Amino acid sequence: MKTPAQWRRRQMVGLIGAAAALPAWAQFRVEVTGVGLTQLPIAIAPFRGEDTAPQKPAAIVQADLERSGQFRAIDPAGAALDETSRPDLTPWRQKGADSLASGSVTQLADGRWDVRFRLWDVVRGQDLGGQSYAVTTGDLRLAAHRIADFIYEKLTGEKGVFSTRIAYVTKQGSRYNLWVADADGENAQSALASNAPIISPAWSHSGTQIAYVSFESRKPVVYVHEVASGRRRLIANFRGSNSAPAWSPDDRTLAVTLSRDGGSQLYTISAQGGEPHRLTQSSGIDTEPTYAPDGQHIYFVSDRGGAPQIYRMPIGGGAPERVTFNGTYNISPALSPDGRWLAYISRISGAFKLQVMDLAGGTVNSITDTTADERPSFAPNSRLLVYATRQNGREALMTTTLDGKIKARLAGQGGDIREPAWGPFQR
Amino acid sequence: MMKRVFLGLLVAVVVAGCSSVKLDDVPVEDKSASAVPAQPGGAPTTQSQVAPVAAENTTGTAQGPVNVARLIYFDYDSYIIKPEFQSLIEAHARFLKASKSRHVALEGHTDERGGSEYNLALGQRRAEAVRRALALLGVPDAQMEAVSFGKERPAVQGSGEEVWAKNRRVEIVYR
Repeated sequence: MKTPAQWRRRQMVGLIGAAAALPAWAQFRVEVTGVGLTQLPIAIAPFRGEDTAPQKPAAIVQADLERSGQFRAIDPAGAALDETSRPDLTPWRQKGADSLASGSVTQLADGRWDVRFRLWDVVRGQDLGGQSYAVTTGDLRLAAHRIADFIYEKLTGEKGVFSTRIAYVTKQGSRYNLWVADADGENAQSALASNAPIISPAWSHSGTQIAYVSFESRKPVVYVHEVASGRRRLIANFRGSNSAPAWSPDDRTLAVTLSRDGGSQLYTISAQGGEPHRLTQSSGIDTEPTYAPDGQHIYFVSDRGGAPQIYRMPIGGGAPERVTFNGTYNISPALSPDGRWLAYISRISGAFKLQVMDLAGGTVNSITDTTADERPSFAPNSRLLVYATRQNGREALMTTTLDGKIKARLAGQGGDIREPAWGPFQR
Repeated sequence: MMKRVFLGLLVAVVVAGCSSVKLDDVPVEDKSASAVPAQPGGAPTTQSQVAPVAAENTTGTAQGPVNVARLIYFDYDSYIIKPEFQSLIEAHARFLKASKSRHVALEGHTDERGGSEYNLALGQRRAEAVRRALALLGVPDAQMEAVSFGKERPAVQGSGEEVWAKNRRVEIVYR
């Protein structure tokens, strides 16, 4: 059992280490709170040949696992191993490691890299398997994240999300950028640069396209943007405002908010574009639609009862059923891919707080100590959320476990950072 | 022979992108090929690739009525047009009715508190309140478009009631 002081010291050391090794702004940093956490001790030996590679897989794998809050790194000092070694596990056992990973990086004749690793159960002396990945230089980090996913799943039984991507928006002066970054915040690449605001990015379930709202034509308009090619198409540019895109589970349809017939109302529209089909008929605001993973319901925000609350209705439209009952301002619904959880933002005594509702039991937990939380988005394994908030007067993105105990922060790069969307598992 | 070619293809398909293979398998490599092209289009591809796009902006506002303010302010969580803005709205209505070729965008805005999308809908409601007021004075709908920027384009940066009051507004923008 650790005292809070010990935790703090450990974090300080960790932060200094991270700052020395990597650009200070680029990475999600862990802030572990709560007690009784068990962390699995693991040693990641330097990969043979990684000195010549532009990315060091061992460090990336170790940082991924540590950031989950569920692993503690054991110093592999002086180890010279690869995936073909059959290591003597006794010294590792003495160091307190439960597991050991070793591997190699080799450049192929065509310029790609062959990344290989093997995982050992140190306690039982068992080979837990390995993988190899032949990747371009641009995918070396992806290969390392996939290794971290493999280790995470083998040792915790849960699917890892290290190889997934997160989209978000930054604002620096009057410059807006839509970024696509690795789930650790590194390797951020700009998908769209604009002098006008960008909001509400939403990943297609295929992980290849992002729908978003851009104000570049001096009004909100919905685009669908193919990330790898940069090809984008206008989906909704009707009279009035066009916003809040959400993908149907089969990626064929988008639910959007349009004001073309007066008021903000929900419509569906083909992902190829075309004529919208009206879903709601209210005199108030209906917005922020999101499809339930079962494909049967759309959750959305409506002030039809006098104040914004979250409702649910059949996907084709029809009688809505109210879902939130606490307070007078509940917005931005997000459903976990496993269908168990609803995350949303609630205004409580003037503060905007991330809430997580257990949909089966209806119990609600407030899981942050910040006061300007916005726009939660679930990781594809349903175990983590990303959301936007303010810390020390600055915008930041946070990831959190659903119980709020393990959080990591991605700070803006000298500007504001907002509107996160966690992408799906990648094939 | 055919079987071997087929197997080779199968492995190539599996290896493309960043799919994993068992450690015992040897990755397919083209020993005759030169280095991997840095740009997309040549195989093998980089799965993490993101192609950057720069958006072009629509800017500029044309001249409206001279010496008439273009800003209408609102109370918190309200889209009621206060009486003090009635003469301003009447002046714009006269101008628009006299110049049928002119078009106007009614741009609704909110303060920074709350979510982007819900604020977008609140700003839309303010813009539509101004549109209705102009329509009551005889301005044809075809000359007006009510749109919203939500909280994305504050007139004044910062926090606090004084700042927020200046940001809860509709801007009348001539095109």
